[in-house]
Amino acid sequence: MEKRVLFRSAWLPWLLIAPQMAVILVFFFWPASQAIWQSMQTEDAFGTSTVFVGLENFKTLFDDPAYIESFKVTALFSVLVAGIGIAISLLLAIFADRILRGSLFYKTFLIIPYAVAPAIAGVLWVFMFSPSIGVVSYGLRKMGMDWNHLLNSNQALSLIVVAAIWKQISYNFLFFLAGLQSIPKALIEAAAIDGAGPLRRFLTIQFPLLSPTTFFLLVINVVYAFFDTFAIVHATTEGGPGRDTAILVYKVWHDGFRALDLGGSAAQSVVLMVIVVVLTVIQFRYVEKKVQY
Amino acid sequence: MIERRPGLTVLSHVVLILGIAIVVFPIYLAFVASTHTRDEILRVPMPLVPGAHMVENYTAALLGTETQGARVVVGRMMWISLVTALVISIGKIAISLLSAFAIVYFRFPFKKIVFWMIFVTLMLPVEVRILPTYKVLADLNMLNTYAGLTIPLIASATATFLFRQFFLSVPDELVEAARIDGAGPMRFFKDILVPLSQTSIAALFVIQFIYGWNQYLWPLLATTTEDMYPVVIGIKRMIASGDAAVDWNLVMATAMLALIPPAIVVVLMQRWFVKGLVDTEK
Repeated sequence: MEKRVLFRSAWLPWLLIAPQMAVILVFFFWPASQAIWQSMQTEDAFGTSTVFVGLENFKTLFDDPAYIESFKVTALFSVLVAGIGIAISLLLAIFADRILRGSLFYKTFLIIPYAVAPAIAGVLWVFMFSPSIGVVSYGLRKMGMDWNHLLNSNQALSLIVVAAIWKQISYNFLFFLAGLQSIPKALIEAAAIDGAGPLRRFLTIQFPLLSPTTFFLLVINVVYAFFDTFAIVHATTEGGPGRDTAILVYKVWHDGFRALDLGGSAAQSVVLMVIVVVLTVIQFRYVEKKVQY
Repeated sequence: MIERRPGLTVLSHVVLILGIAIVVFPIYLAFVASTHTRDEILRVPMPLVPGAHMVENYTAALLGTETQGARVVVGRMMWISLVTALVISIGKIAISLLSAFAIVYFRFPFKKIVFWMIFVTLMLPVEVRILPTYKVLADLNMLNTYAGLTIPLIASATATFLFRQFFLSVPDELVEAARIDGAGPMRFFKDILVPLSQTSIAALFVIQFIYGWNQYLWPLLATTTEDMYPVVIGIKRMIASGDAAVDWNLVMATAMLALIPPAIVVVLMQRWFVKGLVDTEK
């Protein structure tokens, strides 16, 4: 799309885009190309010389059971976060869409988690579930369940899943509510006149019409679970117990900054890059045109 | 409302109240913990109603206390978070307004390429270029500086596209009118385009302020000394020593302090927040 009327200047547009371009080139493109370049190199034991090794680092990476394990954990984590998060938010949005009185009150409380930093969210949930002093873990113990996410990896995973869902509820809720409110009332009224009850109307009209929103949120939630949950993991389980909650973004940071494995970390970066590209393409190819507000 | 179903309305309220109770409980508990002494919290189970030590906990957190040799001054961290969040949000808006203006209102060589380069940054979050970006920052001597905390984050594809979309919807007649009146491009930008973009700017500000305030991975890389930690990083340092030694009352006071500014922004600017959220994802 182009404007019919334009300004003319040979240098002004360059000046205008210069700040953005400078930041992009220095902090995005250069490091990204470095990551790709480093992923094909390896350092000797003393860090004095580097050798070009082609795809060796990737081969090592995918031969490493720890990396495959991290992939599986990330996949499970994102399925749980996206699935449960979307289900809960949809439920809340359906009921919020029904009521007339007090909806602003409910909405205001439900959007607060969005404002809470992931790391702070992690701290809040760790505090509740702390094996020794946590209120919730105390309650669970009373009910006969021994909670210790420092030892039990399923419980550790549950903890980061719950914290991640909690943080994302606001977002999902707002989009579902907007989606529900954009469905023409006439459709629902017509169905009601034909004798369809609320449940039936939801299943046959509202839910199908929400499917673009649902699909969009599915993609967004997977992206969120993959890339925006580093802070939650770092602030709660630190990838433990062992490496059982070390999702991919945690591992790339850990291997780069803690284990100082340059080539391996760079190779992981490149794998992540491929994942983002795929997810972004899905988002723009299949989502944008179908979601309407 | 299509038909009257009092039962269903009651059920709706019950479900929503339950939902809110679960959503707000972690924050409520943090508030309660921030009003008790450390020993009261360590006594399991901790009390579930606010205690009497609110003022002293918050003062201690803000001004800093000597704990396990590490002095954590939340006041300082809050200041760093505030500066960072403001620079990031205003910076993002400013450079995106300028680039969108260039892309929409000028014809210049390689425009397509510039456009695509901005688009591609969507696919390059910090996580996928983590070590090399750190290295660039170190080489430029920007570790532990406000510039290092903010500048790498102010490029914004979403904001640029949002403004581009908006500018495309501005009628061409306005440009013609401005030209007839003898206004140059920058005059048009300053006096017509920016004022017209107010709502988009407000909406983006809310989203980007929260984004800036809540940054974690980037400050973790860009800061190595305690005096440059934003509060979100600082709080993690406070709980690093394990359950028994942690001053949970101070940690929770810090958590409350860290979540109040973005929460206030979201609640007070709710209308723009929702608009910003929906717009930036389109």
